Amino acid sequence: MIKHPLCKYTAFVALILIIPFVLKGSYLINVMVFVGINTMLAIALNLLLGYAGQISLGHAAFFGLGAYLSGVLTATHGMNPWLVMVAAAVGVGLLAFVIGFPILRLKGHYLAMATLGFGIIVYIVFNETVDITGGPSGLSGIPNLKLGPVAFDSDLKNYYLVWIVTLLVVLLAVNLADSRIGRSLRAIHDSEVAARVMGVNARLLKVQIFALSAVISSLAGSLYAHTMAFVAPASFGFNFSVELLTMVVIGGLGSIYGSFLGALLLTLLPEFLRFLHDYDIVFYGLLLMVMIMFMPGGLVRGIPALLRRMMTGRKKGETVDA
Amino acid sequence: MLEVRGVRQVFGGVTALDDVSFRVNRGEITGVIGPNGAGKTTLFNIITGIYSRTAGAVFLEARDISGLPAERLASLGMVRTFQNIELFSHMTVLENVMVGLHARSKSGMLACALKMPWTVAEERRIRTEAMAWLEFVGIADLAQVEAGNLPFGKGRLLELARAMACEPRILLMDEPAAGLNSQETLGLARLIRAVREKGVSVVLVEHDMELVMDICDRIIVLNLGRKLAEGTPRQIQENPEVISAYLGEEL
Repeated sequence: MIKHPLCKYTAFVALILIIPFVLKGSYLINVMVFVGINTMLAIALNLLLGYAGQISLGHAAFFGLGAYLSGVLTATHGMNPWLVMVAAAVGVGLLAFVIGFPILRLKGHYLAMATLGFGIIVYIVFNETVDITGGPSGLSGIPNLKLGPVAFDSDLKNYYLVWIVTLLVVLLAVNLADSRIGRSLRAIHDSEVAARVMGVNARLLKVQIFALSAVISSLAGSLYAHTMAFVAPASFGFNFSVELLTMVVIGGLGSIYGSFLGALLLTLLPEFLRFLHDYDIVFYGLLLMVMIMFMPGGLVRGIPALLRRMMTGRKKGETVDA
Repeated sequence: MLEVRGVRQVFGGVTALDDVSFRVNRGEITGVIGPNGAGKTTLFNIITGIYSRTAGAVFLEARDISGLPAERLASLGMVRTFQNIELFSHMTVLENVMVGLHARSKSGMLACALKMPWTVAEERRIRTEAMAWLEFVGIADLAQVEAGNLPFGKGRLLELARAMACEPRILLMDEPAAGLNSQETLGLARLIRAVREKGVSVVLVEHDMELVMDICDRIIVLNLGRKLAEGTPRQIQENPEVISAYLGEEL
């Protein structure tokens, strides 16, 4: 296994750069754009859930707010998409900061219910403010992003655009996780009272990471709006919040690269499960059950363990030092 | 060093602490003893900002710290350990102690995410100092073990190392010998003395009378939420009120 963080990251960047050549001409490159967006979202949720141990069942709302702010302000009001993207991220971050203070005082089931409620409220607003968002039928005509002479109007260009941002988010998240702040978050997860006694301002730090998580989600939302050129409320409902949660758990709680694996699996899977039609949801349920039973640490820890066992498995009776 | 003045705590209709006052002198080991339900742990939770008190005040070096939240106290020089050890069980032993250096480091979220040069330097300092504290308590060989897998006795030592990493001026220990065997208790007594040698004042709540009488300079006895007596170990041992509180009054 690659141990050094910088080597790991370089290997990851290399993988992302190779993919377009492997998938040349395939529609899967378009799917990989969404893998990038979902990776950002899963990382955002993982910072909150896997590191700080605070659940959110409403994260699709932050994603949706970013998407709609970008969509409405550029398509309807013709504002500069890059400026809007930054402004939306800041605005959504501030909103999360403000609602984070009361919400994150809650714990466990109560926190789950409060974030669920937030998600539902935002979803209803997307549906009901028809004059602004276009309501259930969605908002179309969102322009592609442009950078000087380059217009991001093809799958391949969008792949590079989305993955440059995603790789940046991965790098920042990996750094943050492996730092004084990352440790404090995990400390809050294990024992909030002990963390506080050590001087960690748990209440503030939880709100800060909630806000950061919202900023990343909003950024992913803006990129989604511009690459899709169309947004509709159905993409930002409760189902998607649960899907994000599934990505984080299947990939591995508290692992940044695990979030990529989770996003990859759950974004690619529907492409290969078309033959199941509406029964694919049964498959997801089974997958989640099997994962939790046999790989509770997620793919990122489960796969190396499985490989080790396969390599050493033939010599039965010998104990393997984990 | 530490002064508790007229502290009173009422839970519902129950008075857990009633007008408790005492002082802790610099560089001393002060024991707080009393029968079960005397209010010792409640007192600790009030001093360390976990509970807010009903009345009274707490001063740390003449500064009124009553009502300050727990997270403010570490940087003012006060830390505590817990009766049922509170480790960060999914983190390594070394990482646990590194969290102990939180109050003495300051890289923010942005600097950490950008891995600024000073953040990297600070991280190196945190690691080195944390390692030194593990050596101080004698579990440096377990640095990479996940804290949740430690045997109980080692967990106690880790909690002490983590608290000391804050470089406190005063350390409060809630029943540090609970669950330890006699060998481990002896080692603990040595460590507590070593902590005092470093100029740290120690307050401990403890049931192990042998340990308390052995290492404490002064003892405060609580009973039913009130201060019953205060004095040197010898004075306490000879105090008839203390004896009757522990053994029950003669009929």
